[in-house]
Amino acid sequence: MAKKRGAEKIGNLKGFSIQFLPYSEIRGLNSDDRIRKILDIILGNNILIIQGRLTPNEETRLIGDTIAMVGHVKSFKGVELAVISGNGDGGMFRRMTKGLANALAGGDFSAITIIGPATIVKEIKRNPKKIELFLNR
Amino acid sequence: MAIKIFGNFFGRIFSSLFKNKREIKLGFYGPPNVGKTSLANRICKDFTGEELGSVSKIPHETRNVQFKEKVEIAYKGKKLVFKLVDTPGIATKIDYEDFLKYKMGKKEAKTRAKEATQGIIESIKWLDDMDMVVIVLDATENPYNQVNITIIGNLVARKIPVLIVANKVDLKKADLKRIEAAFPEYDVIGISARYGKNLEEFYESIFKLSKKV
Repeated sequence: MAKKRGAEKIGNLKGFSIQFLPYSEIRGLNSDDRIRKILDIILGNNILIIQGRLTPNEETRLIGDTIAMVGHVKSFKGVELAVISGNGDGGMFRRMTKGLANALAGGDFSAITIIGPATIVKEIKRNPKKIELFLNR
Repeated sequence: MAIKIFGNFFGRIFSSLFKNKREIKLGFYGPPNVGKTSLANRICKDFTGEELGSVSKIPHETRNVQFKEKVEIAYKGKKLVFKLVDTPGIATKIDYEDFLKYKMGKKEAKTRAKEATQGIIESIKWLDDMDMVVIVLDATENPYNQVNITIIGNLVARKIPVLIVANKVDLKKADLKRIEAAFPEYDVIGISARYGKNLEEFYESIFKLSKKV
């Protein structure tokens, strides 16, 4: 019985992969190309893990561009997005501004950005100590 | 010399008159269903006698940017004129099926989802036009939401002054300390837009923040 349940779960997880994008892959790209590259990967039903983080302006554009595709791209419902910064203690805003300063200086390598299509990623729960990725069954 | 002093004196008077008359564009931003319209309505009602928009338990009730011009807010003998801009809640995903649980037909749910996506895009576009922004959060919800961080980061990068408001503090599940811990660099004002709780502190913070505009 337990074996059957396990098999069902594996069956449900078919059809997506997790891709890692090192910062070196997007360092030389301008904002348009960065966002295009990210969207290409996500629309291919992939969960994307990026080394580093986008600038706040790029993050906002990414939200706008992905939401604009809802209703135009078949089965696409948007994305789940989370940035985890490794800048230590001091609350979300301190980490965010440090992240911004680093981004302006050429990249916050200590951060990790996770983006996944909402059809696959149900929710990303986060608090200061952990991040949990919940997938759609 | 006398002419120069005279000129400076009148220059200061005219510029101060102009500054006081200038309409400050105050945006209400945040995720869906946190009470942005309820707060904007409360302010409008207090100072103009009219409301700004409709509120509902169903998310994405506000699907167009709506505004009220020339709202004169008076606080402790001082007056400022605002253009209140109430924006649709920003989310990273929209699924029409989420609306079906609110006893909505499929067609209506799909229309609402379509309008909600357009509303989010409109909200983002309006970020450029704000003089100052109130980020409204739900005090009962986890503040560690990427949309909140992204919007605040965007405003910081544009040097637009931000005030964080934790709404719904009247509810048992509200946890103001959790929101304060998430944003230690900001004053977080806990309010209940529904019952008008703690609005004095909110107005005081708005006047303080307006000096940075």
